[in-house]
Amino acid sequence: MGFLTDPYAVFLVRWFHVLSGIMWIGLLWYFNFVQIPNMAKIPDEQKPAIGKVIAPAALFWFRWAAAFTILWGLIQAWQLGYIGDALALGLTSKNAAHMSIGFGMWFGLIMAFNVWFVIWPNQQKALGLVEVPAEAKPAAARTAMLFSRTNTMLSVPMSYSMVAVHIT
Amino acid sequence: MKNPLESLQNTILLGIAITIVMALVVKYTF
Repeated sequence: MGFLTDPYAVFLVRWFHVLSGIMWIGLLWYFNFVQIPNMAKIPDEQKPAIGKVIAPAALFWFRWAAAFTILWGLIQAWQLGYIGDALALGLTSKNAAHMSIGFGMWFGLIMAFNVWFVIWPNQQKALGLVEVPAEAKPAAARTAMLFSRTNTMLSVPMSYSMVAVHIT
Repeated sequence: MKNPLESLQNTILLGIAITIVMALVVKYTF
């Protein structure tokens, strides 16, 4: 099992974590900086191009990228031996680096939870991927939007923590 | 009152504010 914590394996996992993270946060920012602000400018007859084609495809890569970013990140923290101390925000190890990366890990975990258990179920309702009464769709869309915005807000301190500390 | 997260600009400003508080907590806790 020693090869799992070999320096090259640690690097590879970090690279996979970054690749997944780019896919995840890139699509999160696409939704918040591009898609949501411009939907109102699209004529109604053209809206299905976004709602029925682009958004479902983007949401597929978005939610799986979120899951894999968390998976690779947790593996990385385990490889480097600080998963417990970081999740305890460094209070067990009295280590500021563990606290810093721990904040980032918790923000990331909250964000991934929002993706899978709030944004995705509500987007399925809003986009008509699951059957709900028509009057339930605006509320579902609003909930998905606000949690997407919450994740955009958290992506600022999350990314700060992730790149602030480099523990090898 | 309007939810601040409805504005993208306020969303980013809140994110920066959380970042500053977090950085100060990390710097001065230990």
